[in-house]
Amino acid sequence: MKKFVEGSHAIAEIISKCRPGVISAYPITPQTHIVEGLAKLIADGELEAEFINVESEHSAASVVLGASATGVRTYTATSSQGLLLMAEVLFNIAGMRLPVVLTCANRSVSAPINIWNDHQDSMTVRDSGWIQLYAENIQEAIDLHVIAYKVAEDKRVSLPVLIGIDGYVLTHAFEVVDMPEQEMVDRFLPKFDPVVKLDPENPVSMGLLGAPDVYMETRYAIAKTMETALGVIQEASKSYSDVVGRPTGGLVETYRTDDAEKILIAMGSVVGSIKDVVDELREKGEKVGVLKIISYRPFPKDAIFEALKEAKYVGVVEKAVSLGADSPLFAEIAALLYKRGSNAVVNSFTVGLGGRDISSAQIRQIFGEMEKDETDTRFIGLNTELLEA
Amino acid sequence: MYPIEILVGKPGSSMDNKTGSWRSDKKPKFLQKECIACNMCFVICPEGCIAGNGPNTYTVDYDYCKGCGLCAYVCPKKDIVMIDEGEEL
Amino acid sequence: MAGVVADPKNHLMASGHTACAGCGQAIASRIVVNAAGKNTIISNATGCLEVFTTKAPQTAWRVAWIHSLFENAAAVASGIEGALRYLGKLDNINVIAQGGDGGTADIGMGSLSGMLERGHDVLYVCYDNEAYMNTGIQRSGLTPLDCNTTTSPVGKRSYGNPRPKKPLLEIAVAHNISYAATASVAWPADIEKKVKKALSYKGPKFIQIHVPCPLGWRFDSSLTLEVAKLAVETGLYPLVEYENGTLIGVRKIKPKPVEDYLKLQGRYRHLLKSPEALEEVRKVAQANIERYNLSVG
Repeated sequence: MKKFVEGSHAIAEIISKCRPGVISAYPITPQTHIVEGLAKLIADGELEAEFINVESEHSAASVVLGASATGVRTYTATSSQGLLLMAEVLFNIAGMRLPVVLTCANRSVSAPINIWNDHQDSMTVRDSGWIQLYAENIQEAIDLHVIAYKVAEDKRVSLPVLIGIDGYVLTHAFEVVDMPEQEMVDRFLPKFDPVVKLDPENPVSMGLLGAPDVYMETRYAIAKTMETALGVIQEASKSYSDVVGRPTGGLVETYRTDDAEKILIAMGSVVGSIKDVVDELREKGEKVGVLKIISYRPFPKDAIFEALKEAKYVGVVEKAVSLGADSPLFAEIAALLYKRGSNAVVNSFTVGLGGRDISSAQIRQIFGEMEKDETDTRFIGLNTELLEA
Repeated sequence: MYPIEILVGKPGSSMDNKTGSWRSDKKPKFLQKECIACNMCFVICPEGCIAGNGPNTYTVDYDYCKGCGLCAYVCPKKDIVMIDEGEEL
Repeated sequence: MAGVVADPKNHLMASGHTACAGCGQAIASRIVVNAAGKNTIISNATGCLEVFTTKAPQTAWRVAWIHSLFENAAAVASGIEGALRYLGKLDNINVIAQGGDGGTADIGMGSLSGMLERGHDVLYVCYDNEAYMNTGIQRSGLTPLDCNTTTSPVGKRSYGNPRPKKPLLEIAVAHNISYAATASVAWPADIEKKVKKALSYKGPKFIQIHVPCPLGWRFDSSLTLEVAKLAVETGLYPLVEYENGTLIGVRKIKPKPVEDYLKLQGRYRHLLKSPEALEEVRKVAQANIERYNLSVG
């Protein structure tokens, strides 16, 4: 059903249609509208679920951990500092193989305190064992949440999923979307059937101490499962697309990359802005394209290389930094291209930190600078006046 | 390769771990003369390795007993004594 | 408990765990889980109890049990309770959260307070051995006054821990919960009774159990119960019981000199040579005796 809706309310509605049994969250801007929406749906009797208001994000993550371990579908959402406060629990949830689904309304991290969008928060927990999917627009955000439950609860995977939604840019924006019907979601998403759960009828212990004789195998198992998840994400995206009758999901999306000499790589809403500039430059005859990474974890190396293999110039555009090193996505793309023998010139561009606007002019500037091979990350859109104190 | 099973413990599987080997100095001897089956030794044994059913039937499982001496302490009839580890029962 | 067949197979915490000989926490935690029965799910904080019962692939527990982190046992239990409520199974299953004094009164204080405030149908049990034993006897918020620990050491300028114990029970009671009590491993039947009573109430309830640690407190492993008993009998560890915020009972004592308790333990040896510091500990006991009217007659 087509409807004009705010991003956060769209996410609340689709989560409700996924029928979680326990929801727990702690308020943080710009995540709030999502959990407010869910709380209202429960208050109005439209969703049968326990909504547990907690005293911190650490406890929000711990509550969904406990509920998921008891065999119930769970949901939480957070942003920024909240995600960092959850970090310890996030590693624990993944280590215990619990299929929690979490929305991260992506926001910068303090200090200085800043409530606007970038990807530094979820990038910080990229090694936690969570699958990470990033949405370009509200429609994709809706679809990825349904796919996320399917993948997370697939017995071949059994890992938690974080969906990155750009704070404000998507959470507080309005868009006309195709909202799947309840019947479609029910058809696609079976009841959660956990492999192991806390049950007095079969009283197992979970969360054991893993000494050096077993610990490494548990990490290897997650690493291998991430490889399996690449296929499961594609499978789930395909069957979901069949249900809703339009293509969606997947590991990556290519846009006009087929004969492109210059390809930018990005995640999240900035991809939409890049697509506009690509169209504009294509009009002028420039061979440019953009590669959107939807699944950042697992990192779809084959799909990325396939899209980039003919490119002469590759630019990685990211709303994140690794202070003291190259920006994180760039480092991984550069390593991938090097290992596969590519001769492409690869450059790193960091943009939009702390909600700094990313203009078409900046994207044109990046396309213009791609041929210049530089070793270090370039910060695009800096106000140099502020730096000359 | 199923990744979750190695993370789950089966109920009571610690019984595979014979902690009696920790005992170095003393071990309890159940005299079975004055026992009134009060169950205090059974309840307070930190290892949970004392068994019995009725007066003068109580025994300790030396596979698990760490020799702490609390059963001898708690016995109201002094019917449990600590003896040297090497001594015959 | 007399009259029950003493069969170790009925223990819901099995043998083969790796607690130190004479461990007070091992005794108390088995009494708690046995009293709760097999229809129980436990959320266990990180600490000695978790480590000595569940080294993969083994577990000593015969009930459904989960360990997540140090500070979140109460929050995980809240999630378990929420899930059982959603599933319609809460009436038949007890949910217990448990941890040591550090996991409860220090790092886990926020999640405990949240769980109590939200009214979850969970029993929280704090096993109080008065320091961080699992990491090597460091001072916690429940370490008593003038106690020697590795991070509150005795020295030329120190009698040990400079602060009295955090009033954990009172903090729990202040949440308007239905039941809160202290207990001691020296009185096993009392622990059993209090656990059963606590579980008969809906909503959050809290029990704090004094569990001496032979290694950390430096006494012989055969003295765990004697040490625990003297803590109560000197007035240093009052056993009290609250229902709905009202004090409903205390264990009456004929107060013994605090030295009787202190002299058994290496952690207090320095006090016996320091009359002034000893007097401060005596005041703690006296304050407890007066506050709860502990003296017989």
